[in-house]
Amino acid sequence: MDLGLSHYLAVSAALFTIGVVGIFVNRKNIIVILMAIELILLSVNLNLIAFSVFSGTIAGQIFAMLVLTVAAAEAAVGLAILVVYFRNRGDIAVENVDLMKG
Amino acid sequence: MAVFAFYLIAAVVLVSALSVIMARNPVHSVLWLILAFFSSAGLLVLIGAEFLAMLLVVVYVGAVAVLFLFVVMMLDVDFVELKRGTLRYWPFAVLVGIIFAAEIVLASVIGAADMAMNFDASPGADTNTEAIGQVMYTQYLLLFQMAGVILLVAMVGAIVLTLRHRPETKRQNIAKQTSRRRGDAYELKDPTPGQGI
Repeated sequence: MDLGLSHYLAVSAALFTIGVVGIFVNRKNIIVILMAIELILLSVNLNLIAFSVFSGTIAGQIFAMLVLTVAAAEAAVGLAILVVYFRNRGDIAVENVDLMKG
Repeated sequence: MAVFAFYLIAAVVLVSALSVIMARNPVHSVLWLILAFFSSAGLLVLIGAEFLAMLLVVVYVGAVAVLFLFVVMMLDVDFVELKRGTLRYWPFAVLVGIIFAAEIVLASVIGAADMAMNFDASPGADTNTEAIGQVMYTQYLLLFQMAGVILLVAMVGAIVLTLRHRPETKRQNIAKQTSRRRGDAYELKDPTPGQGI
């Protein structure tokens, strides 16, 4: 059996599901939530690149690069917010974030 | 052979992704995340998308994962406390996961069945990197520059968020330093012998 598009789509779908489940399971731990989002973006990238390669058009790989950029930016800003939040409150409990308003 | 390698690497990807969300210690989570990214890069090499594979290693393993590692180790967080009570989230999480997976499988079964396939990782060029380079600075120039703007905004945002001036820290004031004249530093005296100043 040859390596096909469906192989990659299956892995990508499983990775996406793991990421979504990870967000719900680690509701209290925002660091792991951010990592789960990175997993989801990785699965998106896998999908884009697999479609790009198996359809013989290069555009998907360019878009994957843009997704990669957004993922890196999102991680940087998210972790910066986390650091500021920790500095203000002394912990990173997500359920208390709404106390920060005003 | 390629299929065997694919199954092996895909298993590593999925197991490490599962470990990311289930590890007790977030430091372990980050290390599993690095493994997941690294082996996904392996998956991409298998179908000839080498450039994106190397980019994945450089950007994710080299930058994002290290950033996570820094933050996880810098923040003094009681991770045992954070982990408490996560068991009751599992049923709901699995339910949502099943729904998502079912939707994706349904969509790909319906949608991907009639796709015309012509496998080519580097259309119009000898290598994958060359094929990307041919369109990135021409056809997708705006997209490329937009990526640069996104990174710039993220960088400025992260710095603005985390920078703080504490009054007790001593800083170098370059303007003050360079505008200092000889007269500010010392003054000449002419003491008479035997008297001092």
